[in-house]
Amino acid sequence: MSEIGKTAPAAGEGPLLEVRGLRAAVGGKEILRGVDLTVRRGEVHAIMGPNGSGKSTLAQVLAGRESYEVSGGEVLYQGRDLLALSPEERAREGLFLAFQYPVEIPGVSNLYLLKAGLNAVRRHRGLQELDAVEFLALMREKVKIVAMDEALLKRAVNEGFSGGEKKRNEILQMAVLDPTLAILDETDSGLDIDALRIVSDGINALRGPRRSMVLVTHYQRLLDYVVPDRVHVLSGGRIVRSGDKDLALELERKGYSWIDESAPEELARGRV
Amino acid sequence: MNEPIQDLANREYRYGFVTPIESETIPPGLSEEVIRLISAKKQEPEFLLEWRLKAYRHWLTMVEPSWARVEYPPIDYQSISYYSAPRQKRGPKSLDEVDPELLRTYEKLGIPLGEQAALAGIAVDAVFDSVSVATTFKEKLGSMGIIFCSFSEAVREHPELVRRWLGSVVPATDNFFAALNSAVFTDGSFAYIPKGVRCPMELSTYFRINAASTGQFERTLIVADEGATVSYLEGCTAPMRDENQLHAAVVELVALDDATIKYSTVQNWYPGDREGKGGIYNFVTKRGHCKGARSKISWTQVETGSAITWKYPSCILQGDDSIGEFYSVALTNNFQQADTGTKMIHIGRNTRSTIVSKGISAGHGQNTYRGMVKILKGAAGARNYSQCDSLLLGDRCGAHTFPYVEVGNATAQLEHEASTSRIGEDQLFYCRQRGLSTEDAVNLIVNGFCKEVFRELPMEFAVEAQKLLSVSLEGSVG
Repeated sequence: MSEIGKTAPAAGEGPLLEVRGLRAAVGGKEILRGVDLTVRRGEVHAIMGPNGSGKSTLAQVLAGRESYEVSGGEVLYQGRDLLALSPEERAREGLFLAFQYPVEIPGVSNLYLLKAGLNAVRRHRGLQELDAVEFLALMREKVKIVAMDEALLKRAVNEGFSGGEKKRNEILQMAVLDPTLAILDETDSGLDIDALRIVSDGINALRGPRRSMVLVTHYQRLLDYVVPDRVHVLSGGRIVRSGDKDLALELERKGYSWIDESAPEELARGRV
Repeated sequence: MNEPIQDLANREYRYGFVTPIESETIPPGLSEEVIRLISAKKQEPEFLLEWRLKAYRHWLTMVEPSWARVEYPPIDYQSISYYSAPRQKRGPKSLDEVDPELLRTYEKLGIPLGEQAALAGIAVDAVFDSVSVATTFKEKLGSMGIIFCSFSEAVREHPELVRRWLGSVVPATDNFFAALNSAVFTDGSFAYIPKGVRCPMELSTYFRINAASTGQFERTLIVADEGATVSYLEGCTAPMRDENQLHAAVVELVALDDATIKYSTVQNWYPGDREGKGGIYNFVTKRGHCKGARSKISWTQVETGSAITWKYPSCILQGDDSIGEFYSVALTNNFQQADTGTKMIHIGRNTRSTIVSKGISAGHGQNTYRGMVKILKGAAGARNYSQCDSLLLGDRCGAHTFPYVEVGNATAQLEHEASTSRIGEDQLFYCRQRGLSTEDAVNLIVNGFCKEVFRELPMEFAVEAQKLLSVSLEGSVG
């Protein structure tokens, strides 16, 4: 299987993200059992898999959640050891996680959190911090991407937001923080068809040669709107099969049990 | 759980310096002689000396209260000096006559006494140990009939006002610490806003303890006559010392018909070190009397300092349709203890009160909300809303809530909400994933928690309070 991305990497540039043999446990229970994954610049990868296969764990470990214990393997991000960085350093280096369950922070306005985050990222990149006026102008522009009501910006972070509003808010944050690698953890879950379309349009609008994305999803339906370059199936804490977008369709037809029934040697070849 | 929330590290107390100034401090000890000496030093009229002595004799019969949820070794009241004043020319006429060392002290504390005062537009009374050293904007306020001066000056210049209102809200025999204060108080601030006058600027008193082994016993009295409005700010700091120092103040507020008093405090007395050594015992009695119809008294406090805080700013809602408010943020870190809250006594008809208390505990801090809502028989249509929220950082601190309710009128309506939460690891991670450092994330979450109180503070104070909170929490997460 040859590696053909839609956008060829610039000469001499390694992959953006290289995960090798990553193992991780939570509460003493091993969830990831040797994950291998390579994401090049500008690529969109989908990670699919049954419940409990370790999809969300992978997303959280890449973002640096401390309650997960990395027990083996390595992760290179832009050629650097990602696992050595704190969660905020990863964020400032352009890694973004859209949460499956965005948390509520009472009394803290959405705008305030985003401005604090953006300016932390800008400081890190040696850019001038935005003042209130510049920031508001930026928000007015970005809010259109997810067709979000501006009133939500002034409300407390995720407090009283509907499920769809929370997910749109995550995409808005992604648009503002302008990440190099965006990991979207089940961004499609809990969305009705209209909200799914809006969120997908937002994701597509943010696709580009300078940004890679990893979509973690249980269902194929998001991939009808956001067409991935690569699809991987995670099962039992390992990537057991990889392919192009057709793999997702095949999965949809045959179900995850098809994967589990596959021969072990076939699984081993699933490595990308 | 809460893995990022770990041990407390040290935090910096920015105001812990000592001003090298020659002071006149009387030897430690308390007796009628000492009280006569204080009264004589202040050249007080006879009535005041009698009032002090009466308070002292009553105090001797009283027992120190022990019901608060705070612990401290017995205080030796004979080891405290009850009067300490920087030596300076008697009654400086203008700032030019104030000892430059004192001016520098306030400059270091960020308190505008000189030219900055004009820019800041805040009138300040600066109390240094036992005496007021400067009051700004007196002339400008005077032209509107507003009296704003040190308590000593009020006694000299406006004895009839002092005599009429002193002790009218907090009687000399009210409680152990109020009685002690009444016996030995040395200075404080006095404000009188005449009928129908809206005070054009914030009035403020800045309290500074400097000398060692002294207590600070100041008394503040604010009277808003019919239809008057005033906003008053109070700030306080002290040097870092290993011994505990006692601060037993009394604040009395009187609001006549249609008058409004807003009283804001940012309390930042030295809290002691991270092992709990030293710090101020802040045992304070604050009470407002909504004497007139439609009057309103609003207390807002941000308590971040002191080793121990024992303080219940209260409102007696006597006038019909009068309003009492209490907004509080109390933070205890390291080994600080706070037992604070309010009393809302509803006497008049259709009186309303609001209580919003936010307690934050970190380290080994113990934070207690203690509040009473009392509806008397005649208070038809009285209403109260109480909300007490506690936030815990780490697992060695404590939050406690003791709400007392007494209802003597069946038409009263009371609401009480309470919550206790921890800063969630998920909230911290969310913020950090957006690029914020752990410390910034904690500050953000804590400030969000306190928002309902901060928005009651005057603008500059709100900014100050936020900064103070972040300094006080420094190092409270790993």
